[in-house]
Amino acid sequence: MGTELHPFLIFYAGALLVGLTHGRVRQGVLLAVPLLGALQLIGLEDGSHWQVGLLGLELELFRVDKLSLLFGFLFHLAALLGVIFALHVRDTLQQVVALVYAGSALGAVFAGDLLTLFLFWEALALSSVFLIWARRTPRAATAGMRYLMMQVGSGMLLLAGAVIHYRATGSLAFDHLGLESPGGSLILIAFGIKCAFPMLHNWLTDAYPEATPTGTVFLSAFTTKVAVYALARGYAGTEMLIYVGAVMTCFPIFYAVIENDLRRVLAYSMINQVGFMVVGVGLGTAMALNGAVAHAFNDVIFKGLLMMSMGAVLHQTGKINGSELGGLYKTMPQTAGLCIVGAASISAFPLFSGFVSKSLVMVATLDQGHHVVWLFLLFASAGVFHHAGIKIPYFAFYAHDSGIRASEPPLNMRVAMVVGALLCIFIGSYPWLLYAHLPLPFEYDPFNSSHVIAQVQLLFFSALAFVWLNLRGLYPPELPSVNLDAEWFYRRLLPRAADGLVARLTRAGDALESLCRRPVKRLLDGLFRTRGPHGALADIWPTGSMVLWVAVLLAWLLIASYV
Amino acid sequence: MEQEKRHLFDDPANVRRLLYGFYTVCAMLLVLDLVHHRHVVHAWESLFGFYALFGFVACVVLVLIAKEMRKLLMRSKDYYDDGH
Repeated sequence: MGTELHPFLIFYAGALLVGLTHGRVRQGVLLAVPLLGALQLIGLEDGSHWQVGLLGLELELFRVDKLSLLFGFLFHLAALLGVIFALHVRDTLQQVVALVYAGSALGAVFAGDLLTLFLFWEALALSSVFLIWARRTPRAATAGMRYLMMQVGSGMLLLAGAVIHYRATGSLAFDHLGLESPGGSLILIAFGIKCAFPMLHNWLTDAYPEATPTGTVFLSAFTTKVAVYALARGYAGTEMLIYVGAVMTCFPIFYAVIENDLRRVLAYSMINQVGFMVVGVGLGTAMALNGAVAHAFNDVIFKGLLMMSMGAVLHQTGKINGSELGGLYKTMPQTAGLCIVGAASISAFPLFSGFVSKSLVMVATLDQGHHVVWLFLLFASAGVFHHAGIKIPYFAFYAHDSGIRASEPPLNMRVAMVVGALLCIFIGSYPWLLYAHLPLPFEYDPFNSSHVIAQVQLLFFSALAFVWLNLRGLYPPELPSVNLDAEWFYRRLLPRAADGLVARLTRAGDALESLCRRPVKRLLDGLFRTRGPHGALADIWPTGSMVLWVAVLLAWLLIASYV
Repeated sequence: MEQEKRHLFDDPANVRRLLYGFYTVCAMLLVLDLVHHRHVVHAWESLFGFYALFGFVACVVLVLIAKEMRKLLMRSKDYYDDGH
């Protein structure tokens, strides 16, 4: 065991301290934990720092290389932003689990073996669900339960895959796995659930919008990004992922256009962004993999910023549906401006962070000759601007005036958003620092004129489409509604089928009962006749008198022993 | 009652100004395709106004399909709440 302190320990210990303190001291602890943890990571050398023997297994708890270190820093940054944003919250539960959750994400990315990964994988699920339940609404309670089942299910698949892998290879090391390795497909599905692969994605759109205003900011940072990290580590170059990712970039944007809950719109757009990362992992070249990792890095910040701005709106107005909001720019201009920075970043406007990472994946896709996939990604790029870039700020802060005159959110919320926005602009304008810390060596200049002009044209004409559709009255209005998605199978079809089954079984039970009633009655009557008080066999001593005699015997013994 | 302060987009003239500015930028971006020689990988990229047209058509198609999806997929907002 080395001398380096594992960051997850700092977070877990911090969570304990948060539970024991309150007021300013607690706020100090909350802020100190991510700062101390990040400090600990600086200057850390590549290699395995913590090896533990457990039941004859060699566990590698703290593996450091460029890939894990970048995610390590990212999660510290995300935790710091989340903590600042939630500093005003007076809820011990949320503050404790937020640190446990962030610490578990760190434990997962530094895990060098599959068993350690599994343990933190489950810790992620068990801690994060409390950020949903902390909303303390019936809806959050049931959504949290569905979320937990999916997440724990993913962990079970991971464990099963790891066991198969270990029995076949004798190793638990978490390196490149691929589909062909033993247990590889099970582990891929486990990662896929957390990554929100198509048809496995609804836990995200179901649960994230039900969490607390600050809880969703934490949720959006860790779970899916741990999964992207795990995919990049284990499945780089798996061709299937290119197509899975392409589907992920496209289908959620249709839902995002007609979704009313603006945090659910962001949840759909998160699947869309993770799709770009999955394509990058699937391509597996240096540029593509770097693109996937860089985009994960940027997504945590700009999606965090967007979630924060919508969290601020929810916190200030108590509303989050597009149909109930609008015109907030009048009294929340700072939040509106910060939201627009996040929107420009996710839309990949040049000089904003999304541009310098998404373009890596786009260029790599084209270079590898995947022309159809590239067209899908281009469609998704236009679409993301449409639903996240324009729709979110437009319906919350502009559009028709809802008459709500909410004030700006508390200072700590604004500080977190400002830091996030500055990071978006800094990385977008000076990507070289991020590029230098990407896992594989590569060279790329995102600011070549062809690329910049093409992207600006794509985005401006996407915006033009929005303007045109709006002026022509063709744009679908925001409506309070539920849109059916894959979740329908387990939220409607399965319960209905189960209800039907239960009803049928109950009916069958009733029929059986009435069928049996007469013979059973006859049997009981017969028994009563022979063994009842007046029956022929009634003179056999009943148990009652037995108990009485035992009591008498014991009493006599008691008396005898004292006399 | 106190008159509320008039905000930037309360004045339709400001909205008009913003839109005209926006249209001008769009037009300029399109013209840029005439003078700027794009480095291309895919043959379609060298078509005049490819990215502009793609962006516009993609978003219109996106919205129109999404609207059709509503007919098929939209339910009342407490759809999942009744009974479960």
